[in-house]
Amino acid sequence: MSYFFVLTLTGIAAGMIYAALALALVLIWRATRIVNFAQGAMAMATTYVALAVIQATGNYWFGFIAALAAGLIMGAIAERGIVRWVENGPPLNAVILTLGLLLILEAVVPMIWGAQIRSFPAPFSIASMEVGGTFIALSPFNVFTIAVVLLVMVALLVLFRFTGLGLSMRASAFAPEIARLLGVRVGRLLTFGWGIASVAGALAGLLVAPTLLLYPNNMDAILVYGFTAAVLGGLDSPIGALVGGLSMGLALSFIGGYLGPDLETAGALVILIAILMVRPHGLFMRTAERRV
Amino acid sequence: MLNRLWAVRPTLLRNGALGLVFGVVAAIALQVIDPFNPFLVYQLSSVMYFAIAAAGLTVLTGLNGQLSLGHGALMGIGAYTTAVVLKSHTDLNPGWVMMASTLVTAVASIIVGAAAARLRGPYLAGATLGMAIGLPGVAVRFSNVFGGDAGTTVPSLTPPDALSTIAPEVWLAWVGLIPAVITFVLLTNLVRTRYGRDFRAVREDEVASALYGIRVARTQVLAFVLSGACAGLAGSLLAYTSNLAAPGSFPLTLSLLLLAAIVIGGLGTLPGAVWGALVIVFVPDWIGSLNDAVHLPSAVRDQLPLALFGAVFVVAMLAFPHGINGGLVRLWRLRSRRRRSSVSEEAVGSV
Repeated sequence: MSYFFVLTLTGIAAGMIYAALALALVLIWRATRIVNFAQGAMAMATTYVALAVIQATGNYWFGFIAALAAGLIMGAIAERGIVRWVENGPPLNAVILTLGLLLILEAVVPMIWGAQIRSFPAPFSIASMEVGGTFIALSPFNVFTIAVVLLVMVALLVLFRFTGLGLSMRASAFAPEIARLLGVRVGRLLTFGWGIASVAGALAGLLVAPTLLLYPNNMDAILVYGFTAAVLGGLDSPIGALVGGLSMGLALSFIGGYLGPDLETAGALVILIAILMVRPHGLFMRTAERRV
Repeated sequence: MLNRLWAVRPTLLRNGALGLVFGVVAAIALQVIDPFNPFLVYQLSSVMYFAIAAAGLTVLTGLNGQLSLGHGALMGIGAYTTAVVLKSHTDLNPGWVMMASTLVTAVASIIVGAAAARLRGPYLAGATLGMAIGLPGVAVRFSNVFGGDAGTTVPSLTPPDALSTIAPEVWLAWVGLIPAVITFVLLTNLVRTRYGRDFRAVREDEVASALYGIRVARTQVLAFVLSGACAGLAGSLLAYTSNLAAPGSFPLTLSLLLLAAIVIGGLGTLPGAVWGALVIVFVPDWIGSLNDAVHLPSAVRDQLPLALFGAVFVVAMLAFPHGINGGLVRLWRLRSRRRRSSVSEEAVGSV
């Protein structure tokens, strides 16, 4: 099998993970116009929770569910307890605040679990599958990754498009004052929105840990990839996050494969700057941002 | 009396005089401080480069309103320039080396600044975050130039023969003091010139500034380049201080520490940069010595400063957005106002 094809397959699998993190960033941006720079650190923390539960119970799936639940709680607490107070302030303050959360999480997690690099189990094999006598670059875990991220995407689509809760959430993000006048509990929905966004983030943390390993700043680079993916998709569109994530996964896989793995993050930086210079509204942005 | 001093023109003369006084005081302090406590002198050298970098970041973030999470990486560019220059010219005067590092970083900042001038708020933060995380990888990839993961060593500074009585650590702090004083004099001066006013005008309202005839993009690039040059100079000093330029010395946390320094000091004030630098250098050590009494597990002790700085971000943004210096200024104004017992209706600006 050609090297190009291998890189494409691994790129798609990695791209689904970036898409999950991008989705978390997009959901929060849509609801509160804040980029949550602590999203990666929150995902790292929930993955440590998962590891603790897996080690205690011996069952991967308990850890999986514990991480998602921890994400939901952590996101809700972050919004209700901290971010709520700067939501209407200058954007700089909100950014600095989420960076403060990042620092706190990356310091508190090693206080509890230590700073050493840990391996993280996968529910399925991460070795390449054999199909018809030849090995293809996709592992069963990669297939699981793609399936579970797609499942979350569909679930969110159903939530936002076809349920009353989703309608209220869209209303409170789109026009909070009017929604409030119509009796929508805007504050509660923002808290819930941060919660489900952090579930998507926690999922990304769980999926990346078996190959990337787990250490207190293992999500820093993934956050940059996810942010780039989200910007590529316009920062406002969940479908854009998926497309952006896949594009990032492929691009970084080729950069890593042909130019050297150490250049992946620098490559992401170049892509990010190129997008922002050429098409600052992303590929899927519906409303125009300000131009100077 | 202070007011009369403040009225001296031109401002460069006044700030130069103030800088000279500060430099002399600091130099005397360096002599008084126990030179047989090399760790303390080493910390003072760290204060010098943190203060320079924080001052640069203050100009960019506080005065011009552009947030950069990539100044740690810019310090890395300065440090690697120093290391690479010294590899081939071992005996070059540190003054020239620092100038070269400043210049190279300034040129790199033109590229980043040109991109940054088109970005706003979270986009700019995200792009510079990418820089902080991406650039160390470049140093690893081109290991034949930069020495890979292990980095490149930098020979330590030794005092010239005429001053050989001075301990090398103290000499290092001396060498750091000079660029620090020069940087602060120049920046203090800049803040009060047309450029400083342009920076602030652009921060407050880009459209109004453009209507007034200020070239917004050019002003933003200029702020970024100035700020980047400071980071490069600071990086060069860091390389001299730690005798090493390695990818591990410039993690994202370094950029966040610089941000912590200016948030603690108060966004947009140059004295605040010094406060912030003192805090980020001495607080971790203070926590360490406090620990001798309390005996926390080592994992907790090592991470406590970072957690504390993170908490400072959160608390500062929620409760105290003007930092230490802003708080002092406000107290000072409160006192003088009470003394005059007349309420002057001045807006308490952030600068």
